[in-house]
This record gives sequence, C-alpha cells and structure tokens, in this order.
Amino acid sequence: MSLEATDDEESRPEGEHGRGNCMTSGLDLFPQAASANAQTVDQLYLAFVIASAVIVAAIFLIILVFVVRFRRREGNLVARRVKESTLVELTWSGIPLLILMGAFVWGAKIYFDEAVPPANSTEIYVVGKQWMWKLQHPEGNREINELHVPAGRPVKLVMTSEDVIHSFFIPAFRIKQDVLPGRYTQLWFQASTEGRFPLLCAEYCGTNHSRMHGWVYAMAPAEYQRWLSGEATGETMSEAGQKVFHRLACATCHARDGPPLQGLYGRRVPLSDGSVVLADDAYLRRSIVDPAAQIVRGYEPIMPTFASNATEEEILQLIAYIRSLKNLPAGSLPENVPGGTKNQNEGAANERKQQ
Amino acid sequence: MTNPEWITEPLAPPSYLNNGYGWRSWFLTTDHKRIALLYLISITGFFFLGGFFAMMIRLELLTPQPDLLQSDTYNRFFTMHGVIMVWFFLIPSIPTVLGNFLVPMMVGAKDLAFPRLNLLSWYLFMIGGILAFSSIVIGGVDTGWTFYTPYSTTYSNTHVLWMALGIFIAGFSSIITGLNFIITIHTMRAPGLTWFRLPLFLWSTYSTSLILVLATPVLAITLVLMGLERAFGIGIFDPALGGDPLLFQHLFWFYSHPAVYIMILPGLGVESELISTFSRRNVFGYRYVAMASVAIAVFSFLVWGHHLFVAGQSVYIALAFSFLSYLIAIPSAIKIFNWMATLYGGSISFETPMLYALFFIGLFTIGGLTGLFLAALGIDVHVTDTYFVVAHFHYIMVGGMVVAYLGGMHYWWPKISGRMYPERFGQVSAFLIFIGFNLTFFPQFILGYLGMPRRYHAYAEGFQTLNVMSTAGASILAVGYVLPLFYLAWSFFRGPLAPTNPWGATGLEWKTASPPPTENFEETPVVTEETYRFPVREEMLV
Repeated sequence: MSLEATDDEESRPEGEHGRGNCMTSGLDLFPQAASANAQTVDQLYLAFVIASAVIVAAIFLIILVFVVRFRRREGNLVARRVKESTLVELTWSGIPLLILMGAFVWGAKIYFDEAVPPANSTEIYVVGKQWMWKLQHPEGNREINELHVPAGRPVKLVMTSEDVIHSFFIPAFRIKQDVLPGRYTQLWFQASTEGRFPLLCAEYCGTNHSRMHGWVYAMAPAEYQRWLSGEATGETMSEAGQKVFHRLACATCHARDGPPLQGLYGRRVPLSDGSVVLADDAYLRRSIVDPAAQIVRGYEPIMPTFASNATEEEILQLIAYIRSLKNLPAGSLPENVPGGTKNQNEGAANERKQQ
Repeated sequence: MTNPEWITEPLAPPSYLNNGYGWRSWFLTTDHKRIALLYLISITGFFFLGGFFAMMIRLELLTPQPDLLQSDTYNRFFTMHGVIMVWFFLIPSIPTVLGNFLVPMMVGAKDLAFPRLNLLSWYLFMIGGILAFSSIVIGGVDTGWTFYTPYSTTYSNTHVLWMALGIFIAGFSSIITGLNFIITIHTMRAPGLTWFRLPLFLWSTYSTSLILVLATPVLAITLVLMGLERAFGIGIFDPALGGDPLLFQHLFWFYSHPAVYIMILPGLGVESELISTFSRRNVFGYRYVAMASVAIAVFSFLVWGHHLFVAGQSVYIALAFSFLSYLIAIPSAIKIFNWMATLYGGSISFETPMLYALFFIGLFTIGGLTGLFLAALGIDVHVTDTYFVVAHFHYIMVGGMVVAYLGGMHYWWPKISGRMYPERFGQVSAFLIFIGFNLTFFPQFILGYLGMPRRYHAYAEGFQTLNVMSTAGASILAVGYVLPLFYLAWSFFRGPLAPTNPWGATGLEWKTASPPPTENFEETPVVTEETYRFPVREEMLV
C-alpha cells in the first residue's frame, strides 16, 4: 500500500477513486513519509510501538505464567500469603513515571518544531468551506483542492474557514491543523521529495466531509516557479487586495483621518485601552471584521464592520495589500494608496497635528 | 470446580423479586434492587440500539465506496451510535445497574440514602432516553456525539435540540445517582465498616460519583448555551455571531474527559472484585488501588485540553495538558500491577467472570498504552481525528468497560436473579467477545496511522483490507453480545437455583440470600475485619 499516486489513477475522474491515500493492495504499516518531520514523527511512533509491544508482551506472559502456576487444583485450594511492600509500589509507579517524562519531552520537542515555521517560508493562504479547500498564492495563483508547493523549501499556510471548523491534514507530512472560522491558524511543512500527496479534511464538517479531499503537489523549485508564472492571473494577491481596498473605499478614511496603513504590518500598535498589539494577520483581520474590538490610541471608534462586504479570501488579499505598503520617508505620499492625493493626505496630517 | 463447603442451600423466599408482581410494584418501587433491574432492561435496549448503528457503520465500511448508506445517513448513524452508547449505555451501565444493586448491600444498608430520588433518576433517564430516541425517529442528528460548534448551532439541519434536551435531562439522572451513592457511602456504612474496609468496587463507585456530581452540571450548562445559540441566535460559540468555537470545545471536554473516566472507573472497581474472588486472595496493595481510583477522578478534571492539540489552542497550554495526561497513566498502571500481583500466589479458577477479568487486563493495558501515544504531542498531531483515536477509546470503553460490565453481570447474576447462568455458554461468549473485539479494533490502529480520518464513509481503496477485517471482527463481536442476552434471560427463569455465595467470595452482599430479601439483610451486619479476608496458608513462594 503506497501513498504515492499511480499513473492509471491520474486518469480517473477525481472524486470517484482519487479520494484517499492508498491505491495499491497489500499491507504496509506506515504511510509514505515525504518530509523530515514525517520521519521524526515515525521514529517517535516506532519507539512507542516497540516499548508498548514489550510491555504488553511482558504483561501477557506474566499473567499466563501466574494463571497456569497458581491455577486452582489439589494442593492449591487456598491462596498463599504474599508480603506487600511500599517499596514495590513505589518502584512500579516510579520507573514508568521516569520513562513517561522522557517520552513527554520527545513528543513536545516535535510539537514545538511543528509550531514554528522558518522565517523564510513561502506563504500560502487557505480558506476552507463546506466542502472544498481554496488556496491562494501571494503571486496570485488560486487553486481549489490542489496545492502546488516547492519541494525542499519551507511552506507556511495561513488558514481560516468560511463556515464550520475543518482540519487540514496531510498524512505524508504527519501534520494536521484545525481550520476555524473567525481566526487564522497556521501550519508549515517542508516536502522532502517531489510527488503528489493526499490532502484531507480531518474535522467532521457535515454532509460531504469525507469528500473534502485534494492533493498536494510538491514540485522542484524551478518547476514551481514555471507553474506560478504559467498559471498566474496577472494579478498578485496584493494587487487583488488593492482592488478590494478600492471597492470598499477604505482610503476615504485611511488615506486621511484614519490610522495610516503604511508600514503597519509587523509593527506594534498602541491601543486606546493602554495595551499594545502586534499588527499581524489576526490583528488586521479583526480590525476589518470587528473594528471596535481594538481601537488604535488617538482615534475614534467610527469604522463600521466590513464582515459582510468582504469574503475571507478578499480579507486575506486586503492583508496582503496592507502588508505591501512600506514605510515611506516623511512627507512623501505613497502613490499606491488609491483615492489619496498628496494634498489631501497632508491636509489630514495637518489637521491631526492641530488637534 | 465446585467446592461443597462454599455452597449452602438457597434461602426460601420471600425475596425482592417475589415481593409483589403488579406493574405498580415495579414502576413505583423504591427498592434499589428493583430499580437496578429497571435500569438493566433499559440500558440493554439502548446497548442493542447503539449496537445496531455500529453494525450498519461497519457494514457500510466493507467497501470504499458509499453503497449501503449515503453520506447524510452515515453521518446520522455514527452520531446516534455515539450518543446512545455514551450517554444511554456506558455512563449509566455499571453505576446504575451494578452500583444501584450493590452499593447498599456492600455497605450493609437496607437501601440507598434517598430511595425515591433513586426512582426519580430512572424516570429522568427514561425521559431523556425517549427524547433521544424520538429525535432518531423524527430524522436523527448528524453532528457527531461531540456537537462541535458552529456546525451544531448554525449549520446542521437535523434535530440537534431534541437530542440535546434528551441528554440534558438524562444528565440530572446522573447527578442524582452520584449524590445518592456519595451520601450512602458516607452515612450508611454498617458498624465496623471503616473506609479502608470498603470493597474496592465502592472506592471506584465513590470516585465515579464525585465526577458525576461535579462534571455533569458543566455538560448541562454547555448544552443550554448551545441551545440558546441554535434556537435564538445568541452569539456564544459562532464567530459570525461574535462567539468563540473553541470555547465550546473547552467546555465540552471539561465535562467529557472526566466522563471518559465515569465510563471506566466503575469497570476498574468490578475488576478488583473479580480478580480477588477468583484468585481467592486479598487484593494486593489495597490502599494503593483505592487511592488510585481517587487520583484518577481528580486528574480527570485536569486533562481535557489533550483533545485540542490541533484545535488552535496555545502551544504552552498544549504542553501542560500533555504533561498531565502522562501523569494520569500512573494510577492506571498501579492498578494493573497490583491486579497482577494479586494473581501471584492465588488459587485461580476460570469461571466466566474471571475470563472477562483477565481479558480486561489485556485490553485495558492496550487501551491505556495507546492513550500515551495520543498524549505524546508529536504523535497526536498525526493520529488525532483518525481511526487511531477510534481504536484507542474503544479499547477503553468496550475492551475495558463493556468487558468489565459483562464480567460483573455474570459474577453478580446469581445474586441478582437467584439463579446460575450456564457456565459453558458464558465462557464461549467471553472468548468470542475477546477475539471479535481485537479483530474489530486492532486493525483500526493501523488504519489511523496510515491516515484514514474518522467519520468517513468513503475511503481510499488501499484501506479496504483492514476495514474488512474490522467488519468481520464486528460480526463475531455481535454474536458474543447476543449470546448472553439469551442465556441470561433463559437462566433468569429456568437456571439452577443459586446458593447464597456461589463463588466463595467475601463481601456483605454474599452473606445474604440469593436473591436477597427486600430489606437486604435480616439484621444489620457488623463488620469486624478487612474485606477480602480469604483463608491463607503461610508458605514460602519460590
């Protein structure tokens, strides 16, 4: 049983037979491992399997020996006295405890590594909905139930859901992360081999939960670049975001009296309640759908919610756009802020100074 | 083998069974033993209803394509299997049948502290059960027994509120039963029956009752909040309404993880009784085994977050929950080792209850060890929400609790019915269950690691071999479950009369007639020694 897709399977209509992981008959005990993390997890799992097998075998054997040796028969109608001892109790609770603490540290280490994506990761955005995965690359490529990634490079997914909770599960990488409505979760992996790997939904999400599946294509980096340019719509995510920015007339305020957006991403923002928040994806999303929740210090809570005006994908595009707005030298006007003219912007800045 | 010195002539009637025959004498009874029988009949019905859904699930999974059941039907079936089995069989099973029957007898009392509340608890259970059953009849529920939001509150078009109401009402039955047990054990022990003379079944029932009383209200609150959001759109869990879906998972598992221990602790208590009686030895390390039950009850409240390792909670919280989840393995290990030590030097016989007890140790060990896989953060990320988890908790719930329940039913059957069950049938069905169970659930560990998610009715073709094995095992398991239904029912009316103490066991329940009189004891017993005082010979073991 192999996770790798076979050729004849490619030709089958998607959704009929291409549903899962294992295509050939036979019985393997491990799924294909296609990332360094998968191998690390397999090692820990194997250690657990071996340790458990030894423990179970020992317990079964001891029980077997006892029930045979101490079975009721002539000469053994009355049990014998056995001396109890605190030392024995402490031994058989203490030794397992030490072993378990070692196992805990090992498992925690893997989990930590899985939680921290490398800084140079390629970012891809995921929106789950009943019952499909929608993916966007910063370069503008969009996919459904297919995810093309460069092999040998770290890839970070920023994920959210339009409706219920889903879970993004790639067995070949041994990773899984729930995808929730109303917040961003992230997941990262680095495919070690090129190939096609199943992508599944692991959190029950309604009628077609078991059909919410797709494929991850890990490609050689050069090939991935070709794919990016070949499929591109001619519009990057931030360009798409700029259009949304236009449509929602965000500049009406943000280019004038509202909090400026240039260089905002990744900065610390002081809030009206005295706290400071990092301007990351989650903060920007919240500021768009629930602006009153976190008010930038010095501004009035006058922004309406845009929750019903922008889809989750558009919000991600907006964030990509805001992220692209770099800090500018003082006094200069960003040309890519739509709806803003130099005068208006300066005027707004002056008004604020006067206040 | 039978040893004539343990057998005394069964006492002549009257017993609790022939003290009145009319429907009032049953449906308005306050006798804890009759209420135990009411519960026995009710939960047996629910067990086979839940079993029907399980069998349909297994049959659908014979082939990778959806054929027997389509998605919506399948989703309803696994939901109803879970709901029925968890709330209407496993949680009430040992506490309400064996606990109701035995707690007053084991403490040497005439009844529970609040006999009428006890009857009320059965009525609440039945009202909850009928509501749950009617929600199935009118179309069912498709949320999974976990009711995760916002699916359950906003997206599901099924009868979530009916089902939640049924569970809500049945929850009060749990609370009342737990209270009754706690108060009875505290206040109604016979003279001389000190805490450390209590049978271990009572220690585990006591620990279970603590969880029933403290955790069930949280379930009630959670279901009410879910109902408010679903019925009136009050935003609590759905982010579209300003809520937080993870809050639901925290609340749900704050109840449901302790509830997992409600579903195994009573089994651990039964196990201690069986191992002791059929080894004719005191339980090795009695105090450690007793305290392990209490420790499990306490720890059970501190590990709920291990259900949320990939749900989006903080990495550091996950670390703490992983650590605590490892710790709870220690009291379980203490029990297993002490049971094994109890066998050592014993005089062991292999009647049906002992077969179940031995199978229990094996299955509970596998269930416990695979629980450690899930506590290990690095492994859990891959196997959570797959068949690995399904296999793990069935090893605990079915391999553990159902096996212990059946072991206990056979063990106390002579006391309950006043008649012996057919031994050979009992042994055969115990073996069928052991073999069928392993064949059903062991392949699911492998399926899980290979990456087959749970709650899928359509799966990759490569998974079929293991699924066919699992379904084959399930059919053997089904035979193993149906057999006792028939031979126990037969023996209730036709079995040979049971003596007062057929197993030569210790414990107050074996000092009164089989079946016991309505008042349990002709006079209040006085306890003068530790429980499990079997005759011993001083002889060095090599």
